[in-house]
Amino acid sequence: MIYFDNVSKLYNDGRSAALQEVTFQVAPKEFVSIVGHSGAGKTTLLKMIIAEDKPSHGQVFFESLDVHQIPRTKLPHYRRKIGTVFQDFKLLPNKTAYENIAFAMEANGRTDEEIHENVPQALALVDLDDKAWNFPHELSGGEKQRVAIARAIVNQPDIIVADEPTGNLDPIATYEVVQILRKINDLGTTVIMTTHNKGVIDELGRRVITMDEGRIVRDDETGKYVL
Amino acid sequence: MLTGIKRIVRAGFVGFWRNAYVSLASVFVITVALFVIGSTMFIDQLLTTSLKTLQQKVDINVYFVPSASQDDIDSIRNAVSALPDVATVTYTSREEALEKYRQRNQDDEIAMQALAELDDNPLGANIAISAKETSQYESIARFLEEKRELALQQSPVIDEINYARNKESIDTLTKIIGAVEQASLVTMLVLIVAAVLITFNTIRLAIYTAREEISIMRLVGASNMFIRGPFMLQGIMYGLVAGVFSLLIFYPIMVWLGPLTESFFEFNLFTYFVSNFSYIFGVLIGIGVVLGLVSSILAVARYLRV
Repeated sequence: MIYFDNVSKLYNDGRSAALQEVTFQVAPKEFVSIVGHSGAGKTTLLKMIIAEDKPSHGQVFFESLDVHQIPRTKLPHYRRKIGTVFQDFKLLPNKTAYENIAFAMEANGRTDEEIHENVPQALALVDLDDKAWNFPHELSGGEKQRVAIARAIVNQPDIIVADEPTGNLDPIATYEVVQILRKINDLGTTVIMTTHNKGVIDELGRRVITMDEGRIVRDDETGKYVL
Repeated sequence: MLTGIKRIVRAGFVGFWRNAYVSLASVFVITVALFVIGSTMFIDQLLTTSLKTLQQKVDINVYFVPSASQDDIDSIRNAVSALPDVATVTYTSREEALEKYRQRNQDDEIAMQALAELDDNPLGANIAISAKETSQYESIARFLEEKRELALQQSPVIDEINYARNKESIDTLTKIIGAVEQASLVTMLVLIVAAVLITFNTIRLAIYTAREEISIMRLVGASNMFIRGPFMLQGIMYGLVAGVFSLLIFYPIMVWLGPLTESFFEFNLFTYFVSNFSYIFGVLIGIGVVLGLVSSILAVARYLRV
């Protein structure tokens, strides 16, 4: 489903590299965790998938589509196939939880009926029915991240890309977020997640890709957190 | 498409309301800009109108000799009227001139007695000529001088042309008009450019605070138009509200200035404001909307680049 073909990302000085000759693929319905030290290239890798960053060499494919050949005007359409979750939540501060989720559907051109039906469902899935009309600054970190996940899944994307989704959360909120991601994966959505959290990896027991200095150094089917 | 527009409009209104402070700041800055632009409009109008009144007071008088035949007078009068630079020619016949003289000197017994001693009217007819532009008097005067020289070879028709006497004041006036018009043009341009730049910058700052939101919207897959739309609408709303504000500010100022300008410039600014209200309304609101819209588009464009 996602295929990285010998991808490198060099910085302007020409010597330091964020990614070096990265090749791997992700099958549909997989749950892949990417681990590594800070600066190992995890976030750069995810940015390649959502076309926020361009590789210096190599290609990234989404199904049969070369991601970096998509014309700029078509990018919004491509991004609607991917749900994104970030460490800092990236919620729109002037919109309520409900409106944040509804915005992703409005941008997608969905009808009002669909929005009225699907947003409460998404909120229920992340167990936030009672916070629908709260603004982000009225929510805890764990609640914000659950709103962000609800927004990511509401358009039924093929894949969820999560960059350190538990990075800012306490252990209980972390547990909840991982459970929700696992539930989404069980419902048939591919998940790619980066993390620092050993407990999360060990508990998941799914595929783990380990990165170091821009290279993939391990790729284990039911991996453990080894660094 | 229709739901898209509906959503953009709703997002625009909600954004305007929820960012009330930022909106208010933008509205105030555009109001100031419109006030500057409106003021220059009014000052320009005041200058042009008062200069026109001044120009109308300047004229050339041609005095004919009393013995001049009516045919000769008429031929000169028609020739002058036919000149393209001439705006109006006012003819005063011998009888009318005498009547005016009598009225002017009603209380002067010696003058009246002297007049009674004469058995004929001593005054000649005259014409007053006003030109379309003050700079054209020179050529009209030259034309009249030629006529006078020509007539001298037979019998004199023109007694006196008072251009030489008026020349100095006409020249000064022409220079002042030119200088005032240039100076006001330069001042207006500088003020308007400053006002426009300040507006651009304020809206850019307002949208700078929303740059994070714009990047989030892109990540969620919103199209550029869907992101830009609400900001454009907010820009238009800033302009509309600011246009109304500036008119509300102008109204009391005009009420106050009306009588003052009436006595000083012989031009009532308040009457002008009221009788041209729809034009002023359209210009101020139009400029406000364009200012708000264009600055919004430019500001958002920065953050829409990948």
